[in-house]
Amino acid sequence: MSVADDPLILGIETSCDETGVGLVRGTTLLANAVASSVDEHARFGGVVPEVASRAHLQAITPTLRRALDEAGVRLTDVDAVAVTAGPGLAGALMVGVSAAKALAVAIDKPLYGVNHLVGHVAAEQLENGRLTEPVVALLVSGGHTEILEVTDIATAAELLGQTLDDAAGEAFDKVARLLDLPYPGGPHIQRAAATGDPTAIRFPRGLTSQRDMERHRYNFSFSGLKTAVARWVESAQRDGAPVPVDDVAAAFQESVADVLTRKAVLACQERGITTMVLAGGVAANARIRDLTRERCAAAGIALRQPRLSLCTDNGAMIAALGAAVVERGLPPSSIDFGADSSLPVTEVLVR
Amino acid sequence: MLLLALDTATPAVTVALHDGARVVAESTTVDARRHTELLIPAVLDALAEAGADRRDVTEIAVGVGPGPFTGLRVGLAAATTWGAALDLPVRGVCSLDVIAYEVVRSGSAGAQPFAVATDARRREVYWATYDAAGQRTDGPHVGPPLTPDEHVGTMLAALPAAGAGARLYPAAFAQVVEPEYPSAAVLATAVAASAVEIVEPQPLYLRRPDVTVTTGRKSVLGSASTGSASTGSAQSGRRQR
Ligand SMILES: Nc1ncnc2c1ncn2[C@@H]1O[C@H](COP(=O)(O)OP(=O)(O)O)[C@@H](O)[C@H]1O
Ligand SMILES: [Mg+2]
Repeated sequence: MSVADDPLILGIETSCDETGVGLVRGTTLLANAVASSVDEHARFGGVVPEVASRAHLQAITPTLRRALDEAGVRLTDVDAVAVTAGPGLAGALMVGVSAAKALAVAIDKPLYGVNHLVGHVAAEQLENGRLTEPVVALLVSGGHTEILEVTDIATAAELLGQTLDDAAGEAFDKVARLLDLPYPGGPHIQRAAATGDPTAIRFPRGLTSQRDMERHRYNFSFSGLKTAVARWVESAQRDGAPVPVDDVAAAFQESVADVLTRKAVLACQERGITTMVLAGGVAANARIRDLTRERCAAAGIALRQPRLSLCTDNGAMIAALGAAVVERGLPPSSIDFGADSSLPVTEVLVR
Repeated sequence: MLLLALDTATPAVTVALHDGARVVAESTTVDARRHTELLIPAVLDALAEAGADRRDVTEIAVGVGPGPFTGLRVGLAAATTWGAALDLPVRGVCSLDVIAYEVVRSGSAGAQPFAVATDARRREVYWATYDAAGQRTDGPHVGPPLTPDEHVGTMLAALPAAGAGARLYPAAFAQVVEPEYPSAAVLATAVAASAVEIVEPQPLYLRRPDVTVTTGRKSVLGSASTGSASTGSAQSGRRQR
């Protein structure tokens, strides 16, 4: 690979609670600096937008410096800047967009406002090389639960389904709270589940009834699951029985893993797609990973998954998408674009 | 020298360039909801108007507020990132002091002590008081204009007051004077003349963050088949402005 010839792309991500700056050449990762404000949100049990936005402003220039040091490059080496234009928290996005615009103008390089969701898929290219589209992507994080179909990473993506209520990670966080486990709840649920019996309790599988499969074939719903867990725990407590935290955690985790993987595999099969990308912070979950691998293998689908630091929100994934966009020779975004908190996934690059 | 000055602490997105002798370009657009969109294009227009190149900029001055948080951060993020990228000094100035500097220079308050009050939303103002020479004597603070604190209320009511906050609450401010918004041209002039207090380019929030936990949901409505997902987090994000 002629890495040195590929343009050097700097990516900035501030859509939620991670300030990320990454540097990428083509599909080669050079730096991935991330500052997270997750600890500041812990006592609130969820991301507080204003707290996240304040943290982004504090972190943006130190994170930029860290990324440049990590890659051993100077800003004069950078060929283009990419930034998350949306979707995400409006106030948080604006810090990144404003910083990216100033940076691009200061160093006189083109600026590309790109889609956060497609960025998650592009991150995979930094792990295992160029994707062969089309791919189905299953994005699962604290803020997202989506099934995407990507026919061209730089130009064509489509939303097949998404959660109608809670995101998968949010469900993990809420159930953890019910079980008196700390925030963020995902890792704690997984730990508790390790010694539990996933078949001890049968929790509902959201939107999988025959009727729901007609109307919400690739959509998810986790609020009913959360309520079912709450009811089960309450009733156990009412009976004076000790709550078997490990069994509850295992049965809950099994329900989430089952629905996510079932629908994502179904999407691949019905769209005739043989590659799946799994990304997002919840992809850290061992049971979700294992079940996805198992079901993909059984269905003849190649599963691709980046390492965890590329799965959670980061700047390298935005740089990776920027690199794909630059490679296609697409025009930069016009300098007056704004942050769009509900940017549709079909808009990979903002005009 | 070429000083780039900007302030986004109020609905006015204002930029200016100063060459050490005078302001060579300036612009102000009042639009409370489009700071991100307007700021950098305004800087590019100013550079073009001045016939200058972006590489000519040697220092940056930025209003640090107080002001509504989301807009305020747009200016600070741009100023600090530009400064960090090219290793330029970035000087912060209290945005109320910028208004005060213009009050004194224009004589709008008639050579006497005065107040500056800007809109803090939620029926409150950001305010400070100044002596006749423009030295800040109290503030910056945030609070209700018709304050339950009688001492402050009486004091503010007795002073000529500049800023949009004074215009919003005429019952609290007897005499409203110019200007309404901070001007980057004034900011640049004050900094070039070393006539204002320079602070770190850090936001003056004056309020603790609102603790509205987002659902974390980032709606991608409008894209495909689904129609019923909520726009809750997008709105809660926007409400922060
Ligand atoms: N091992 C795990 N199992 C399940 N969920 C997890 C695990 N590790 C992290 N998570 C969940 O992932 C989410 C954080 O992922 P991230 O990609 O940072 O999401 P976002 O930034 O959108 O909130 C949290 O909701 C957390 O509980
Ligand atoms: Mg996160």
